[in-house]
Amino acid sequence: MNFTNAQLERYSRHIILEDIGVKGQEKLLNGKVLIIGTGGLGAPAALYLGAAGIGTIGLVDGDTVDLSNLQRQVIHSSQDVGKAKVISGKESINAINEDVNVITYQERATADNIKDIIRDQDYDFILDGTDNFPVKFLINDACVMLKKPFSHAGIIRFQGQTMTYVPGKGPCYRCIFKNPPPPDVVPTCQQAGVLGVMGGVIGTIQATEAIKYITDVGNLLTGYLLTYDAKKLEFRKVKLAGDKNCAVCGENPTIKKLIDYEIAACSIADSKKIG
Amino acid sequence: MTITLNGKETSFGEEITIQELLEQGYVEMQEYVTVQINENIIPRADYGTYVIKDKDVVECLYYMGGGK
Repeated sequence: MNFTNAQLERYSRHIILEDIGVKGQEKLLNGKVLIIGTGGLGAPAALYLGAAGIGTIGLVDGDTVDLSNLQRQVIHSSQDVGKAKVISGKESINAINEDVNVITYQERATADNIKDIIRDQDYDFILDGTDNFPVKFLINDACVMLKKPFSHAGIIRFQGQTMTYVPGKGPCYRCIFKNPPPPDVVPTCQQAGVLGVMGGVIGTIQATEAIKYITDVGNLLTGYLLTYDAKKLEFRKVKLAGDKNCAVCGENPTIKKLIDYEIAACSIADSKKIG
Repeated sequence: MTITLNGKETSFGEEITIQELLEQGYVEMQEYVTVQINENIIPRADYGTYVIKDKDVVECLYYMGGGK
């Protein structure tokens, strides 16, 4: 492809990188990343991926911007309160970079629509920025079934974690965590709180993985869970076991259809201690 | 015995089961972790009978659901 002068200048700090160069930037501009959830994790990821010149970014979210989102969801502004998050997200990305074709899916990801959304643009990489276990398992299972790589992440209080799944290259989320926990056993951010910057740290690592996958640079976080404890300022990279009996990616999978698990009711005000 | 628990050497007077480890408060949020020992995921149903041995490398991996 031919870069315009403006593009050469815009992406000059990428192009000068030996591992990226013109070819790598071309891959990014031809790259397609789907971000499910435009909140604490998805917001910083979307901004950086947009700035990086990912050519197509899909945003999936059925929510509207709430005042309580603005403490961490940096893609939305005060003036966006009440607006659909995917629209607010698209406007913010395009304000930074008009090169990006932002596709909006103003709906919650479910067993009925997630495969169609992933197939819609034949996305290269999927990023899980959701806030509940049913959808985290749904994204995992859909990506395993469609043979798509994705980045899982979770944040709560002062802690975060992330892992990358690449088909055939390492364990999936279900290999490790098997099934969603019963509703109310594990707190959500709404119940337990989260330091706003946690999404910035972990979401930006997810964006890094997407860029590395598309440009084929370095080693991905496949086969590892990266955990981050902000209070101790401690990162750990835990080597993970695969599970050949995994219900979805194992040798004889028992899950062949996507499952809509019940979303946990936010009924416990005082949630369990995590750290 | 001395094990490596989430990256830190931790000593116990005697061998204990996973269930006992979780109940002794060494693990924050014991209600829902997935336990990996020497890079093998241990089925939840075995927590009461699986005895942790000297020098085992134990990782308690937390369910972390937040993100928005």
